[in-house]
Amino acid sequence: MSLTLMKGSEAIAEAAIRAGARFFFGYPITPQTEIPEYMSARMPEIGGCFLQAESEVAAINMVYGAAGTGARVITSSSSPGVSLKQEGISYMAGAQLPAVILNVMRGGPGLGSIQASQGDYFQAVKGGGNGDYHLLTYAPSSIQEAINIMQFAYDKAEKYRVPCMFLADGVMCQMMEPVEMPPMVEYKATRENKPWAAHGYKPGDAPERRAVINSLFINTEELSVHNDHLQAIYREIEKNEKMWECYNTEDAEIIITAFGTVARIAKTAADILRGKGYKVGVFRPITVWPFPSEELKAAVSGCDAILDVECNEGQMMEDVRLAVGDSKPVHYFGHCGSQIPTTEEIVAEVIKLKEGM
Amino acid sequence: MSSVIFEKTPYLSDKQFHYCPGCNHGIIHRLVAECLEETGKGADIIGVAPVGCSVFAYDYFNVDMFEAAHGRAPAVATGIKRAKPDSLVFTYQGDGDLASIGTAEVVHAAHRGEKIVTIFVNNAIYGMTGGQMAPTSLVGQKTTTSPYGRDEDWCGAPIKMSEMLAQVPGSYYIERCAVNNNANIIKTKNAIKKAFRYQMEGKGFCMIEVLSTCPTNWGLSPVEAMKWLEENMIPYYPLGVCKDKGAE
Repeated sequence: MSLTLMKGSEAIAEAAIRAGARFFFGYPITPQTEIPEYMSARMPEIGGCFLQAESEVAAINMVYGAAGTGARVITSSSSPGVSLKQEGISYMAGAQLPAVILNVMRGGPGLGSIQASQGDYFQAVKGGGNGDYHLLTYAPSSIQEAINIMQFAYDKAEKYRVPCMFLADGVMCQMMEPVEMPPMVEYKATRENKPWAAHGYKPGDAPERRAVINSLFINTEELSVHNDHLQAIYREIEKNEKMWECYNTEDAEIIITAFGTVARIAKTAADILRGKGYKVGVFRPITVWPFPSEELKAAVSGCDAILDVECNEGQMMEDVRLAVGDSKPVHYFGHCGSQIPTTEEIVAEVIKLKEGM
Repeated sequence: MSSVIFEKTPYLSDKQFHYCPGCNHGIIHRLVAECLEETGKGADIIGVAPVGCSVFAYDYFNVDMFEAAHGRAPAVATGIKRAKPDSLVFTYQGDGDLASIGTAEVVHAAHRGEKIVTIFVNNAIYGMTGGQMAPTSLVGQKTTTSPYGRDEDWCGAPIKMSEMLAQVPGSYYIERCAVNNNANIIKTKNAIKKAFRYQMEGKGFCMIEVLSTCPTNWGLSPVEAMKWLEENMIPYYPLGVCKDKGAE
């Protein structure tokens, strides 16, 4: 195994290329600008396409166009830019176009800050754009995990014909870690693997060979059938694609729920607390949609309380509460505004919680 | 014995148009489809439909089609063309779509010299939503959102997209046409054909603006609407070539 020290943003960009992505459309915004910068140098080396769009709105619509031809496409942005992309994301969900969208979250609302945040959880998992849809949404907590997930993200997006989102944050993209890069995948769209894509059609060809990439169903009965079809796909994703990590939860009296970078900090805090004699574990959703509800419920069955820790106002806590209902008390600790909860804070919060029991 | 002397181009589907009586979209669709047939042989042809009256264009053009979000057709076409550089890619957009919500996308497609053709149908009104004021509505023109007539001091003067895009260094060929009489229909067809030919030759961004009537929302008969177009639109939006790098 050979490890390379890489910056998160560049490692994730390279991982996408290794997974077969050959088209990148994006727009500069801190703290993810290293991704388009990396892509601008790297794509020409491998015969790919980097194009700096005039806006995030245009970028996601370029993704829509290229993805409709069957290509593996990626775009990245950070929170305010991802808000601008929501129109296109909803259209892609409606037109069932697979692609990978990276959100390197920063503080909000509005222009917010340029530091890491988790404030876009609701936007990512509860909709974001208009209409009834979901994105297969991964929240990796290390650079290596992001790389590993990227290796199958396109396969999953294509299998279900859904856009796939990576909910990362400024910390993950700005830090450096030793990583192992997977081998290069050369992907080619064909009529066999993507019969719905625009492969070329001329009058006289069989009608089913004509591609119509579209999210408009003006007849409400047809729209209803289309939505039922989408919902059936989402149920399949919920059944098959949930990912989570249980970290020392078996005997834990207090279980911390956290995702992404914050979960990593929470695991360090749990280790420290174990050293002090507190039985603490961490439940970490890796897919935040679909949310591993039953798995969380099972993992917390023996604990006394849950402490949800986030770098937002407790957005994921709503899903935690939906999962456990009234069976366990759910507490929250965290900060909005890019103030990442520290190890020491989490340790102190767990001790306070334990002593109050 | 009878013989067939004329057939509809197979590049138009058999689906019945939903357009109102007297609307020019039908003529323009046919011209575009005939030009696709005459210039696009051998290439994969991909069209991008807009939001507006021609939103169902994906049902009418018998080629691979994308339906874009409102105004975003040039960005969608950019993604398509970059992914399939040998294909013939066109957008078909109205004036609400292109001259209002989609200005950024069309300006930057032109700016990048994107090798696509944009068919811009300008009827000086929002048709699909029922006759609201467009950036292209004429001064004094009454619409459902300018019931007292367009006030230049309040809403500005109508935007001239062809002249504007001709100023963008990346644009290659821009011409304004109309389909109000046989001569102009032939001129329009020649312009569209030239634009497609330029794309097949790998040249840059081309846009053909076609002035069109909207009898329904103008509140005029088809004949009166054509007269209104000739007396009011053509003087403000002069027909002719705004830019043709291929002729320089």
